[in-house]
Amino acid sequence: MAERKIRILIAKPGLDGHDRGAKVVALALRNAGFEVIYTGLHQSIDQIIETALQEDVDMIGLSILSGAHIPITEQLLDQMREKGIADKLVIMGGNIPAVDILALKTLGVSEVFPTGSHFDDIANYIRQKLIPA
Amino acid sequence: MTDKIPPVTLESGITVKPVYTADDLQGSHPDENIGLPGEFPFTRGIHPLMYRKRPFTMRQYAGFGTPAATNERFKFLIEHGQNALNVAFDLPTQMGLDSGDPLAAGEVGRVGMAVDTLADMEVAFEGIPIDQISVSLTINALAAPIMAMYFAVAEKHGVPLSRVRGTAQNDILKEYIGRGAWVFPVEPAVRLIGDTIEFCARHAPYYYPVSVCGYHIRESGANPVQEIAYAYAIAKEYIRRGLARGLEIDDFAGRISFNLDIHGNFFEQIAKFRAARRLWARIMAHEFGSKNPNTMKMKMLAGGGGGGLTIEQPENNIVRGAYYALISALSGTQTMALCSYDEAYTIPSEKAALISLRTMQILIDEIGIGDTVDPLAGSYYVETLTNEMEALIVSEMKRVDQEWGGIVNAVSEGIVQSEVAQQAFKHELGIQDGSIRKVGVNRYQVDEEAREVEMHPYDERQAQESVRRTAEVVAGRDQEKTAQALKKVSEAASSGQNSMPAMMEAVRAYATIGEITRELKKVFGEFREPVRF
Repeated sequence: MAERKIRILIAKPGLDGHDRGAKVVALALRNAGFEVIYTGLHQSIDQIIETALQEDVDMIGLSILSGAHIPITEQLLDQMREKGIADKLVIMGGNIPAVDILALKTLGVSEVFPTGSHFDDIANYIRQKLIPA
Repeated sequence: MTDKIPPVTLESGITVKPVYTADDLQGSHPDENIGLPGEFPFTRGIHPLMYRKRPFTMRQYAGFGTPAATNERFKFLIEHGQNALNVAFDLPTQMGLDSGDPLAAGEVGRVGMAVDTLADMEVAFEGIPIDQISVSLTINALAAPIMAMYFAVAEKHGVPLSRVRGTAQNDILKEYIGRGAWVFPVEPAVRLIGDTIEFCARHAPYYYPVSVCGYHIRESGANPVQEIAYAYAIAKEYIRRGLARGLEIDDFAGRISFNLDIHGNFFEQIAKFRAARRLWARIMAHEFGSKNPNTMKMKMLAGGGGGGLTIEQPENNIVRGAYYALISALSGTQTMALCSYDEAYTIPSEKAALISLRTMQILIDEIGIGDTVDPLAGSYYVETLTNEMEALIVSEMKRVDQEWGGIVNAVSEGIVQSEVAQQAFKHELGIQDGSIRKVGVNRYQVDEEAREVEMHPYDERQAQESVRRTAEVVAGRDQEKTAQALKKVSEAASSGQNSMPAMMEAVRAYATIGEITRELKKVFGEFREPVRF
């Protein structure tokens, strides 16, 4: 049986227009062999969940640079639980201060890759989490 | 015997030789290409005496929270010698949402000031001498109503349309490429810019209605050649829209200015600006048939440069800012603005904003940067690089027109966005593999676990205050008059007549930015992003 590629949704929630990082990471993950879907800008939480369901993704990667990462994450994870997809991996990138990382992980974010993180580290983390040994 | 030295290639792809000589400039016609400051093709600057006569304008970007909080920061900056303002609006305002809109939650007053109605703009400029301080508005999709608000405030300060000065950013095409604060589809959005250009040319002749931004295109990943090429393709599009309204080129094109970026290689940026100035003069004279030298003069804000700053060892950004300011001055800028050292992670603190202002003041007051005009002119290296940059910009502009079907098509289809993302990816790879050196990032790192940074606090109460104030303004206005005015906005949008008079009437009737945007959306619809990466 042909191996199904890991499917990743890169999402830009809210009004924040900084999409350089989201696109760059999307390109890097595609080059690393993943199937990558990028939502584009200005997505509501509902739209992100809907795309995740439609595209049957294994993971959601949120990119947030507006400073509103904590309230957005709370809403997303609540919605994911409601829709029964709380088992999907959620990782986050963007302008995230070190002091907030623990709070985000407590909420249920699996890992945070702030601005400047290496592509290899992100790809390896996803493989390690999603490919059964 | 020649020593083996590693090659140097600039971001734009130009290879730098270790030594330049007179031979490099042979056959390059210095009279025609370099000339004199203040004379065609303006390579050396747009004024004959440049900073000897008048220093560059210092215009730091500022705004956060309520209009009252922003008003306080404006006064602080003016008190410390800043002679112009650049207003930051929060994301809901930029996207046409009122503070109470559910989609605005968590963003009200976060990255700029929240403006719902004319009442907010009145508070923001209370006690600011706007007849003497030139004000720049960083607003794009909603530039038409926000400009209308500013004109209404100016009138209340005793400055009529015929004398009002200032600049609106009002460059929507670059929003689709970088920055992302778009609302309407491309065609109607560009048409609104045509409305503002025409309105200003006929009624507000001292106002700069558009500041075309290479800045955000470069911040999104474009190299310096792409930055200028795409900005110029955009500017030419706006100019064609002005001409289509029956304006003559020399009636308005001189009032379109540029906002350009500084970070990266020192001499590459300087050559970029000199090449850009020369090329713009040629485009205006040869392609558009301008006869007025003022139209041919490329006026710029050259500032720096968020993309060059680092979260790591943030104090190093003070030094970077000083070099960027030096580049700006050596490039003959009209206006300077610097990102503050803490801007890689927060809204600038008062202290950081003041250091940026002092950096520019030290340059002009203390070390004699303005003693003589364009001191780099005639340098074998700088002039050679200027020639090479101009040729590359011309060829990238051809690509936009000949391969991508023009800038409107390239933006609508996501072609230019994809091109810029690819460039950003290449750059990031270079940083990660160390081929692009970044101090504190991939060299000379220190353990910064314990780094303490002062974050600009986000105050939810300011958002509530904003919602309360708008409710009060809305309750107190003449509802019939507002409804009539909003109807005219909608009619202007669908009939194609210039929408600015209707915008003026609507803001004077205290219609909210959200109400105006809803009327426009009904007619124009909303942009659907072509996702390509």
